[in-house]
Amino acid sequence: MKIHQYDVVIVGAGGAGMRAAIEAGQRTRTAVLTKLYPTRSHTGAAQGGMCAALANVEEDNWEWHTFDTIKGGDYLVDQDAAEVMAKEAIDAVLDLEKMGLPFNRTPEGKIDQRRFGGHTRDHGKAPVRRACYAADRTGHMILQTLYQNCVKHGVEFYNEFYVLDLILTEVDGRRRVAGVVAYELATGELHIFQSKSVVFATGGVGKVFKTTSNAHTLTGDGMAVAYRRGIPLEDMEFFQFHPTGLAGLGILLSEAARGEGGILRNADGERFMERYAPTIKDLAPRDIVARSMANEVREGRGAGPNKDYVLLDLTHLEPEHIDAKLPDITEFARTYLGVEPYTEPVPVFPTAHYAMGGIPTNVDSEVLADNDTVIPGLFAAGEVACVSVHGSNRLGTNSLLDINVFGKRAGKAAAAYAAGADYVELPEAPETEIAATLESLRTSDGSENIAAIRKDLQDIMDANVQVFRTEQTLREALDVIATLRERYANVGIHDRGKRFNLDLLEAVELGFLLELAEVITVSALHRKESRGGHFREDYEKRDDENFMHHTMAYLDPESEAEGVRGVRLDTKPVVVTRYQPMERKY
Amino acid sequence: MTTEIAEPASKVELPSHLSGDAGEIPSFECTIRIARFVPEQDEEPHWEDYQVTMYGTDRVLDALHKIKWEIDGSLSFRRSCAHGICGSDAMRINGRNRLACKTLLKDLDTSKPITVEPIKGLPVEKDLIVDMEPFFQSYREIMPFLITTGNEPTRERLQSQEDRARFDDTTKCILCAACTSSCPVFWTDGQYFGPAAIVNAHRFIFDSRDEGGDLRLEILNDKEGVWRCRTTFNCSEACPRGIEVTKAIAEVKQALFTRAF
Ligand SMILES: Cc1cc2nc3c(=O)[nH]c(=O)nc-3n(C[C@H](O)[C@H](O)[C@H](O)COP(=O)(O)OP(=O)(O)OC[C@H]3O[C@@H](n4cnc5c(N)ncnc54)[C@H](O)[C@@H]3O)c2cc1C
Ligand code: SF4
Ligand code: FES
Repeated sequence: MKIHQYDVVIVGAGGAGMRAAIEAGQRTRTAVLTKLYPTRSHTGAAQGGMCAALANVEEDNWEWHTFDTIKGGDYLVDQDAAEVMAKEAIDAVLDLEKMGLPFNRTPEGKIDQRRFGGHTRDHGKAPVRRACYAADRTGHMILQTLYQNCVKHGVEFYNEFYVLDLILTEVDGRRRVAGVVAYELATGELHIFQSKSVVFATGGVGKVFKTTSNAHTLTGDGMAVAYRRGIPLEDMEFFQFHPTGLAGLGILLSEAARGEGGILRNADGERFMERYAPTIKDLAPRDIVARSMANEVREGRGAGPNKDYVLLDLTHLEPEHIDAKLPDITEFARTYLGVEPYTEPVPVFPTAHYAMGGIPTNVDSEVLADNDTVIPGLFAAGEVACVSVHGSNRLGTNSLLDINVFGKRAGKAAAAYAAGADYVELPEAPETEIAATLESLRTSDGSENIAAIRKDLQDIMDANVQVFRTEQTLREALDVIATLRERYANVGIHDRGKRFNLDLLEAVELGFLLELAEVITVSALHRKESRGGHFREDYEKRDDENFMHHTMAYLDPESEAEGVRGVRLDTKPVVVTRYQPMERKY
Repeated sequence: MTTEIAEPASKVELPSHLSGDAGEIPSFECTIRIARFVPEQDEEPHWEDYQVTMYGTDRVLDALHKIKWEIDGSLSFRRSCAHGICGSDAMRINGRNRLACKTLLKDLDTSKPITVEPIKGLPVEKDLIVDMEPFFQSYREIMPFLITTGNEPTRERLQSQEDRARFDDTTKCILCAACTSSCPVFWTDGQYFGPAAIVNAHRFIFDSRDEGGDLRLEILNDKEGVWRCRTTFNCSEACPRGIEVTKAIAEVKQALFTRAF
């Protein structure tokens, strides 16, 4: 057993993790543990942009940005956090430029800005150009630039180290961070990292769904590890489904597809959005379009051999216009579906895109053990966390912003905490539990197949917990998840080796997915209203009287929530500073 | 640019394969021949054949997943994004470096076995997984970060659109190593920086904001630097991002001629 000691350990090397590392690494002894090589992180897949009220091309200010964020999140946003994010957005973009990020430029040479859904001037009066971008690869450039600056500052990385457990020790009646347990892919060895501060930045959990824009590796590890150690998960029922994923694959076609004139058709060739949103039609907000698409398929008007998708039609646009404005879409459609968008419509279906919920934190990125008790030394930032700046629905371009603002805050706070704290004593053999789990998986003769269980899980989540939810579909999903968890107990793997045993890790990741799928579904059952990304057909309206609160889910063997043993649900008030809830109308 | 868009028709006739009357997605059989190597049990890599039924527009990555998930879970390879953006899964497919997630089976000759091997020139760790450390080491050595002197400006640095366009191509790199591991010079001399490191040096040397160009040129002027390139164009052909790698290397060579330091 190797034991390492660092002041700060950062888990994850996507945008949030590396932004934290740049701060912490310059202040104190820091290590970054990441299951992927840093530049493989899914931040690199983001295309659209990162918003900030720079006002480089037209009048704008951070207060308008705050309002848009709160309204976009259907008023479940903690308004103090949204203010912090919108205010610090400007420096976050300028920091990146100074680090070398090649933003697109205005004719005067300033950072250029463009429009993005939901971002407006003066509280909804008109669209505003707020998104800073680097061609159609903003996330790629953010990830590269942050990695480059980590290289510059000599940040220490442990690549292909999977953090599988968090060590918390009780000191004077209060839980504090002692470190983490990590599994080294190359050798199969466990390592203990003792540290004063730990920052979780492990990204999202899109792989609970079948159709998703998320990478294979986005299995919610940080959320699950925290949850298993008694830390609550906040607002897990809120998942954003993006309307235009490539059918069957989930690969994202950006929102620009519709913004630039693309329209949706069903199998009859009908432009069905005319029925659902007669005035704005295909330009309706993401959630409305996604539900309309799913409804077409549900009512038998889906296209293709299995009638399971609709069509994005660009054929009425000039090829030059498509090339100039939608290069990614044309490339993805040609490469992956062999479809030529100039002449043929592109098969699309809503794709699971972004987890609004996660590990609860305050604005200093400190993790909360309940509604307000901080766990000293533990921080979280990025998609794994819930501050909550996105509420029930994230606005486009606000996540690349979130990871930079709160990544930076987490890095600074983690270093500051470490400067004034001692190491917490490690418990006796803190790896025991995880070592036992791994060994039993690695040597098990179980007859159940990982891929089969995962497929069944993803199928039921897509069918029952996606854009349409009812009491009945959610209960059914919970029953299926319960049987899958039983099957999981009897899972067998092929690879018995120690080196690069990805078979074993897929089994571990599946365990995380099953756990989180349950939390998502239980939380969704609890919320008997429709708000943002969460739509209940049996409760179609937003209900501020009963549900203007965050959902907090705890692992608790003694409890029962919505009929599920082992989960306890609680609520947490939403922080309202200056904007009273109004109807979310566009 | 403003383009007038004619209001599209409310309803159109669709071809039968889209309206849903045309039956099933076509399937086909193929043989995937993989260079297997498990360090704990093999001295040498050996070929292993797998028969799989694949569909429509499945990619090589789908075939590898099918083998791993249904036939042999010990088959090991890296992957993450599954759409050509993370750079995890460069491998030699039918003798050419490609990303498995971006290579459609139907574009290969499926009447013969499709060979899949790890990229060349880097130590094989297990099956299709190679040790990427030497590759990233070369990358780090060319100082791949913006170097500036003087005080930081309070706002952004200005850069004209032309200056921004000058290095656009090389900013696309995803560090997949397809280029470097297709280079015959790199195969015989692992010390050579390789195309990917030069591409990333290019990205900064030609960035008008950067002041470290001379430092990087000096590094690349080394005997293991750009002069080892024999312009075989393998790298440009291999690049899944369509970067003109050979051109970038030529521009760095040119800069070495014209810049005095
Ligand atoms: C296709 C797509 C397009 C998008 N476009 C936009 C956009 O235009 N604008 C916008 O604002 N947002 C966009 N988003 C959302 C945004 O990109 C993500 O929410 C954000 O990048 C997440 O960053 P992160 O740092 O939290 O996580 P990630 O970048 O996903 O990084 C997670 C890191 O955690 C590590 N990790 C995970 N588990 C473990 C473990 N057990 N042990 C150790 N390390 C671990 C991984 O190795 C990785 O380094 C998009 C998302 C997608 C999928
Ligand atoms: S230049 Fe192209 S082939 Fe080479 S590492 Fe970069 S993306 Fe890969
Ligand atoms: S899996 Fe990311 S590039 Fe292929």
